[in-house]
Amino acid sequence: MNFFVAAVRALTGAAAFLFAISVSAAIDPQTIRDIAFGESDAKLKAIGTLASSSDPDALPLLQSFIDGEVQTIGEDRVLLVKGGATSATDLLTGKTVSPLPEGRDDIVINNRVRKGLGTAIAALKLSAPDRTIRLGAAKELQSGADEDTLPAITSALAKETDPEVKELLTLTRASIQLASSDKATRLAAIRALAESSSPSTKTLLLGVLERKGDSFAEPDAELRAEADKSLRAVEGRLATGEMIGRVFSGVSLGSILLLAALGLAITYGLMGVINMAHGELIMVGAYATYVVQNLFRKYAPGAFDLYLLCAVPVAFVAAGLVGMALERSVIRFLYGRPLETLLATWGISLILIQSVRTIFGAANVQVENPSWMSGGIEAINGMVLPWNRIVIIAFAALVLLAMWLLLTRTRLGLFVRAVTQNRAMASCTGVPTRRVDTLAFGLGSGIAGLAGCALSQFDNVGPNLGQNYIVDSFMVVVLGGVGQLAGTVYAALGLGIVNKFLEGLSGAVLAKIAVLVFIIFFIQKRPQGLFAMKGRMAET
Amino acid sequence: MMSAAFVPVQALSGPRSLRLLSAGGWSFCGLALIVLVVVLPVLHLAVPPESALHLSDYWVTLIGKIMCYAIVALAMDLIWGYTGILSLGHGLFFALGGYAMGMYLMRSIGRDGVYQSDLPDFMVFLDWKKYPWYWSFTDHFWYAALLVVLVPGLIALVFGFFAFRSRIKGVYFSIITQALTYAAMLLFFRNNTGFGGNNGFTDFKRILGFPITAPTTRMGLVVITGMTLLGFLLLARWIVTSKLGRVLTAIRDAESRVMFSGYNPVYFKLFIWTLSAVICGIAGALYVPQVGIINPSEMSPANSIEIAIWTAVGGRGTLIGPVLGAAAVNLGKSWFTKAFPEYWLFALGLLFILVTLFLPRGIAGLWIRRREPT
Repeated sequence: MNFFVAAVRALTGAAAFLFAISVSAAIDPQTIRDIAFGESDAKLKAIGTLASSSDPDALPLLQSFIDGEVQTIGEDRVLLVKGGATSATDLLTGKTVSPLPEGRDDIVINNRVRKGLGTAIAALKLSAPDRTIRLGAAKELQSGADEDTLPAITSALAKETDPEVKELLTLTRASIQLASSDKATRLAAIRALAESSSPSTKTLLLGVLERKGDSFAEPDAELRAEADKSLRAVEGRLATGEMIGRVFSGVSLGSILLLAALGLAITYGLMGVINMAHGELIMVGAYATYVVQNLFRKYAPGAFDLYLLCAVPVAFVAAGLVGMALERSVIRFLYGRPLETLLATWGISLILIQSVRTIFGAANVQVENPSWMSGGIEAINGMVLPWNRIVIIAFAALVLLAMWLLLTRTRLGLFVRAVTQNRAMASCTGVPTRRVDTLAFGLGSGIAGLAGCALSQFDNVGPNLGQNYIVDSFMVVVLGGVGQLAGTVYAALGLGIVNKFLEGLSGAVLAKIAVLVFIIFFIQKRPQGLFAMKGRMAET
Repeated sequence: MMSAAFVPVQALSGPRSLRLLSAGGWSFCGLALIVLVVVLPVLHLAVPPESALHLSDYWVTLIGKIMCYAIVALAMDLIWGYTGILSLGHGLFFALGGYAMGMYLMRSIGRDGVYQSDLPDFMVFLDWKKYPWYWSFTDHFWYAALLVVLVPGLIALVFGFFAFRSRIKGVYFSIITQALTYAAMLLFFRNNTGFGGNNGFTDFKRILGFPITAPTTRMGLVVITGMTLLGFLLLARWIVTSKLGRVLTAIRDAESRVMFSGYNPVYFKLFIWTLSAVICGIAGALYVPQVGIINPSEMSPANSIEIAIWTAVGGRGTLIGPVLGAAAVNLGKSWFTKAFPEYWLFALGLLFILVTLFLPRGIAGLWIRRREPT
């Protein structure tokens, strides 16, 4: 035991020693002394020296200053003490000091020095060879840069080759120059800002155009005209970005509605069964996902990221089985009595809700995204399209495709369509109508389960999950028209996009109300939905 | 419009149902009135609390509540049981009546609120300086009472006109009414709508000058509710035994034939739908002062669909059925939620399933079947 401790100590000591050598070998001890003991001005000057040096060790050193890892003893020793370490490095001599000596003092870093340190670090990062570090630094500078960083940015710009970093830096420089006192510089800056598409640029330009009482904040008319021009360019670009964002979130909401309504399109649209427990079947799918997630976490934590792939079939089967059991036990006896079916399935939904409350508790449960679903891809103008939304959209498209294939290309699909069109005739030709009923209902319920699995990735999973979607999904089916897959798809996507656009205008609740009122009026004009059945089938 | 040449209704129904009530029916009404006006007040106010016969506050509130629910179930029965239109939005009309009455009750709090302002507490909280326009005159009881009738009535009239004109029926109508109450619930949840948002109206102090928590006031409200229930029962009886009622039942059973016989079902449906909504509104107005709170959750789709189950349990198409159903389900609910709170939803869910599967005519159906074994 003792041996190990000694060995580890020796090793860390050696490592620290090597590190210390590399530090002290390159950086002038006087600079370090200035930062540690000097007055603020001396400190800043030394930091500036470090920032303009091309020394690779300058960055970690400055970082440890800002992190408070550098301490002093008396008037002559400067130690680097990493958090939790038992030994320190003397920065001036490069020697390892162990154990930690007594009487260490923190270095006083006031806000001015801290800012200087931050700027110096950013400037150093800007000249880092790694592109991602430079990009990160440029982004950081975008929000918190001032005139002191200007030389660093200018020199970085001269060397920069990456277009994205270059653009960011140009904008940052322009916004700093905007505050300058030289008119030509400011004009150039305003022109450069026209290239931007970030909302903060808009605020910046608006500041130039601001009115103060009767006069403008900016007395120079030429500057104002230029700012106005730039502002319009920026606003135009922002509007495009916003539009794309809205359409995207609309499509994403639409695909969720589509998933929730597709199952209903089978059970209600094709079979004519009003299933008020549909929302609860969605909930069953979401809880099935939760259970699979927990099993993976417990028994296969290494493969945690794959749990979702396993949860998809499990959710389908779980909800499908519940649905088939319901069809066999209750709904079968109520075919042709839609209002009674409605009430009975409402009863089922209450029982399912309470069962989930009893088993899993009334509180929401946590379902985590697998790591590959976090983050997103950046579309134009800094709009980030999150991966989980993209995956859901693709998933909805896949489910739709699978369902379409199932209904049009398989024997079961043929049977389902036959029973829908003419039950008696189908039965005469040997279609086992009762079994087809059960299977079709199971299919619709299974798709509800898939919807639940998808929803669990970004919505709260709790006993009331289903209730939040039932009204919406019925609206989709009503709007789309009964017995039509195409109608369901158009209605879901249309509702999703309209909803998101109205949300931007009037807030979420009013948007929802507006959509519901719209549907009520729409039904006036086309009582059969968007895609009414024509011909003999319309009258059934 | 109502062609007299059509088969005389009297010939179909026979003379018996032409009378409003049989002798037994009238004596039942009289008995109910005596219980309501004499027995209940005496048991609650005159009998000392120690006595076993004393009617506690809990029971008085419960009886009042259940009678309000019974009125709602009766309204539901008129539209669903007799006309065959299942509304899943009756909770909206109930809540609207309640909110109209609540506005009056809020204004009669005066300066006794937490912030001692002329405005209700929630408006002070939102930093509003004066009442929004739709609150004008609500400090007058009679104007509020008018709103109780007009608001649900007008909304039902407009909505029903559009819905029935374009022949939305059956399940479509049910789902659209559900969406209607859902939308209204979202609207009332917003603070800016001006009806107290989430919390709704509560902390009422007085009604028409009487302190609202005093035993006599509460008893008075119960008596008024009971008399309203009896009145609406008689009204409903009058409607269903009249020629109008016959047409309504015909619409339920074969709407196309009614049309082919020269009637326009739209106006019959519109009339009974609006009347049903108004009755619901009045029930809501009686409910709020007794329960002491009204909030948007009364408009939740779940509440409206529960109304349907009261009617279904009692027996659709009978008048006493819904009253019995509302009483049975709600007594069960208050017992369950005290004894086994976590099992109430199971029981309610099972009730929905079992009644629709095995008891399509409800409790009243059991009795009728025994009397007329056909």
